[in-house]
Amino acid sequence: MILQPSVSVPVAREPRRSRGGRSTRRPTASLGWLWAAVPTALLALFVLVPLAEIVVQSFLTDDGAPAGLAQWASALASRSLWTSLGTTLGVAAASTAGCLVVGGFLAFVLVFVPFRGSAMVRRAIETVVSFPSFLIPLAFVVLYGNAGVLHALLGPAAGRFSFTNSVAGVVAAEITFYTPFVVAPLTAAFASVSRDQLDVAGSLGAGPLRIIRTVVLPEAAPAIGAASMLTFLLTVNEFGIVLFTGAKDVQTLPMQIYTDSIVSFDFSRAAILAIVQIVLSVGIYLLYRRAAARWTTAKGSR
Amino acid sequence: MIVFSTRAKVILRACFAVLFALMVVLPVAVIVVAAFATSWNGVLPSGLTFAHVAEALGGDDLASLRVSVETAIIAAVLAVVAGTWAAVAARTAPRPVARTVDVLFHLPVSVPSVVVGLGLLIAFSKPPLLLNGTAALVVLAQTVLVLSFAYSTVSAAVLRLDPEQERVAFSLGASRARVLTRVTLPALRPAIGAAAGLAVALCMGELGATIMVYPASWRTMPISIFTASDRGDLYSAAAGALLLIAVTFVAVTATGALVRRARTR
Repeated sequence: MILQPSVSVPVAREPRRSRGGRSTRRPTASLGWLWAAVPTALLALFVLVPLAEIVVQSFLTDDGAPAGLAQWASALASRSLWTSLGTTLGVAAASTAGCLVVGGFLAFVLVFVPFRGSAMVRRAIETVVSFPSFLIPLAFVVLYGNAGVLHALLGPAAGRFSFTNSVAGVVAAEITFYTPFVVAPLTAAFASVSRDQLDVAGSLGAGPLRIIRTVVLPEAAPAIGAASMLTFLLTVNEFGIVLFTGAKDVQTLPMQIYTDSIVSFDFSRAAILAIVQIVLSVGIYLLYRRAAARWTTAKGSR
Repeated sequence: MIVFSTRAKVILRACFAVLFALMVVLPVAVIVVAAFATSWNGVLPSGLTFAHVAEALGGDDLASLRVSVETAIIAAVLAVVAGTWAAVAARTAPRPVARTVDVLFHLPVSVPSVVVGLGLLIAFSKPPLLLNGTAALVVLAQTVLVLSFAYSTVSAAVLRLDPEQERVAFSLGASRARVLTRVTLPALRPAIGAAAGLAVALCMGELGATIMVYPASWRTMPISIFTASDRGDLYSAAAGALLLIAVTFVAVTATGALVRRARTR
């Protein structure tokens, strides 16, 4: 649980207490909080200034001459920007859907059909979350690549399955890597479904599928919503898997930003793509915060 | 509980086992085996060798392993100090200020690592602060990326603090600094330890921001693994990845142990 960066639920949206209740929690009324200015100033220098510099760069040529809106106009008119955006969203949506289905199933079995060793399995799933994402495409090339294990097993017929260098390869790798991120919050959500309610439904003769549909899923809906927003954010931002897969036709925004700046030194174009990416990611993040806050209040109200 | 027939349970568990093996066990196992394989183009690797791991433990690769560990530790310390500082200081701030600090410190979590790298590269490639081509920029990039995780781990614990203890300490005449070091920070120690372990693990595997800003003299392990994989040398890449996982595990365990020891003192 320690290595679960993702499910840290935002603090500001804590269920609101009354004003009086809140002030009693504060140790003393003093100006000690002014100390917060120091780390905040550092954050501004190393996060906000760079972000502002990206915006400035998008209006400059690579030599630093002012370019006005010309570069924005040409970037927005070019097809490659929209293709990248489409690829990013498509890969992220497919990966998120896959993670929810597979992660939902794994969490479901862990909670409702437990077996000997399920605690160990759970710990293994929590551990792989802290591994770097590029391990997965690396393993996939050995397993499913053109000269890989699957190829040797199936012979020439495996040609149809060599997907490691395509969109399908990226999506499969992202599903594999991000499913463990979904299992932990969904396990928690399923475990918090009230046992009494399940027993009552069962004793009234409802079948398993009906219980899942009418009791489990509605109860877990807020958690599923929060987990899917988070997975979508992480997959929209994913870079290592796309880089290691190295598929020519999978140019997601982060990949394109890297190529434009480091490979072709076109920093102005990279800056424009980066702004598109920031707007997209921060937007999804805000949705996630709302979803997570709803999840916490739903939990608190029981 | 949801009622299932014995047969349904067996089927569900079998599906679970297959998925778990394919998605969690197999990728890690493949990396481990490939690290020791002479080549692996058949169903099984064609031979066993320690050459790749030995190579990863010598020369350039050892250097980048050291670079990774140093960068991760410095970045983690900086991020945990800044995150803890912000979380503790903002607690007594007026609501709008606390809220702003909270939003600001959560901001880097939503910005993709490549964009963080790009921003640092553009901002610090010119005066007044010229950091382009230095190791400091790599450390800075990783610090920024883990700052949010450090902050949110500690600030969640700050919310659960019992203000009574501090009030008692104050009423007994303890100074502000003494209350901070003797009451508040010790109470936060588990969260600070967790934040440090998490930060080290994330920094060790960081690729997106590092690849944007690293100078040739400061290559971290993930960069070396990518270089090996990019030139088609899968087995060296696997050996590097295996070492990276092993060292990360040791570093995270050591961080946890350090924090526990500090607690019993």
